[in-house]
Amino acid sequence: MEVSGLGFSWDPVQPRLSFPDIILKRGEHLFLHGPSGSGKSTLLSLLAGMLRPASGTVRVLGTDIHRLGAGARDQFRADHMGVIFQQFNLVPYLSTRANVTLPCGLSELRRERTEPTVEDEAERLLAALSIPADHWQRKVTRLSIGQQQRIAAARALIGAPGLILADEPTSALDADNRDRFLELLLTLAHRHSTSVLFVSHDQSLARHFDNQLELQGDRT
Amino acid sequence: MKARLALTLALASLWHRKKVLALVCLTLTLSVSLLLGIQYLRTEVKQSFTSTISGTDLIIGARSGQLNLLLYTVFHIGDATNNIRWSTYQGLKQDNRLAWLIPISLGDSYRGNRVVATDENFFKHFRYGRDLPLELDEGQWFEGVFDVVLGAGVARSLAHQVGEPIVLSHGGGRTSFSNHEDTPFTVTGILAPTGTPVDQAVYISLDGMEAMHVGWESGVAIPGRTITPEQAKGRDFTPDAITAVFVGIDRQILTFRIQREINQFAGEPLSAILPGVALSELWRLMGQFERALLGITGFVVVTSLIGLIAVLLTLQSQRAHEIAVLRATGASPALIASLYILECVALALAACVMALALGMAGLALASPWLLANYGLQIELRPLTPEEWTLMALVPVAAFTVALIPAFNTWRQSRRLGFGEAADQ
Repeated sequence: MEVSGLGFSWDPVQPRLSFPDIILKRGEHLFLHGPSGSGKSTLLSLLAGMLRPASGTVRVLGTDIHRLGAGARDQFRADHMGVIFQQFNLVPYLSTRANVTLPCGLSELRRERTEPTVEDEAERLLAALSIPADHWQRKVTRLSIGQQQRIAAARALIGAPGLILADEPTSALDADNRDRFLELLLTLAHRHSTSVLFVSHDQSLARHFDNQLELQGDRT
Repeated sequence: MKARLALTLALASLWHRKKVLALVCLTLTLSVSLLLGIQYLRTEVKQSFTSTISGTDLIIGARSGQLNLLLYTVFHIGDATNNIRWSTYQGLKQDNRLAWLIPISLGDSYRGNRVVATDENFFKHFRYGRDLPLELDEGQWFEGVFDVVLGAGVARSLAHQVGEPIVLSHGGGRTSFSNHEDTPFTVTGILAPTGTPVDQAVYISLDGMEAMHVGWESGVAIPGRTITPEQAKGRDFTPDAITAVFVGIDRQILTFRIQREINQFAGEPLSAILPGVALSELWRLMGQFERALLGITGFVVVTSLIGLIAVLLTLQSQRAHEIAVLRATGASPALIASLYILECVALALAACVMALALGMAGLALASPWLLANYGLQIELRPLTPEEWTLMALVPVAAFTVALIPAFNTWRQSRRLGFGEAADQ
């Protein structure tokens, strides 16, 4: 992933938010630290192709995603990016397994990368993230926050996307769960050679990452 | 692949919200049942109405308009303008082109029901519906002068049995003060229900009609001049005139020629009408009403669809998180918008299927009861193309109204940032 000269503003009158350049090699992880208001969510929106930048480029796996049309950007996200939010990560009316396989319904590419079937891959990931087998067919709303976040991680990992965008996924977890979640996520991502871009205001998590970056929230 | 995902998501989402949506779906089901039911009954009632009389090729009466003649001979509404001479009737009987004739004499009533004086040809040749003959539920067709056969509706509403004596009234009012008390009639038979005006009439012989009017020449009974049933024995009661004649023709190609001949009959002014034509004309007059009814039912369906949209729009705020997830996972705004359309159309289809089942079950249960109590013959039959079209319009309408929340969602989710819920 290559980000250069990225800037954004909600409307032309307001000062422009500018972001540092980022270069992340495939399989490497990055911890992005920033206080609230530093534009973390905006940066993620720009990286995901859900907002258009005022300036600069975002290249993911060699593709300048903002050169793509809206439909192609959505498809690119489905094909090459996994996402984990702070909370409310899951579609409430789908079972655990259906939530995990969701990206494979949107992307042929990720579907093809699962081995041998989408369901098997989902179950393997769920098992690796220590979700008990009797929860797989269950409604996700009954599960604990920790389990929900791990299911979201499984969804982000399925079909080995190039990049996972994680937006403070551990902020609702206690310390034990937090470290375990992070370890599992990074181990599995490493196995699939998926890069994780992890955004958090919690500096103590930085020790899990080789690369770190401070977001200043510069306005010009 | 995405279409399958959208369908899976839409159905799962419907199932997830089943408690709220069940009520909306019920409303929709009821209104669709109403719509279908009205359309179904419209067809049935029209069918039943236009076959109030069948098999009769001509109705002959004194000169008048065709609706008037139809109304008083078949529907027993209104009065005859004039009579037909007995000699004219005898003349018609000689015409060998006419297969059969049913003489009809009207004028009296029994507790608001018409008294129809006729002969055995009525029972033998009168047809209604899809060429159905008359049948007796109990007893037999009249033979004696003072025998009477009751229509099913009369027998039921007045709880008469075979063998009971009844007194007929003079004239056509519901409560008549001049009754033919000297000449009571005996019920010899009760007709099976037909769902036609036949049920609301009582049938006596032409002789009986004549016999009970002996001594009534001035319009009221003159004491001492009326006769008792004993005195009637052996007397000849050939009438001077009858009200109308139902005619059956063997070679129906001759119908129009015979009609023209009768209309131009020199002996006395007569009118011959084709009952089918007259019935369709009458239906055209009444058809306005049932079309209005169908229109109103259409609005009921539209109203419940708007209710459905109101609920979907209310639920929209609850769906903000799931839309954020779907969006970030790579679902396009169009896919998310299509969920609303799919859900709405699926609900409409479910409502249609349930309405169909409800209607069929209701009809299967109600039809024997309707026949027994109201003489209404409504059968379970396959839907006509018109009815299918009407039903197909429901999901189409659902699709159209679903465009409102769909467009709303499409617009919102297009501007959604990473991990943002739409209501923020």
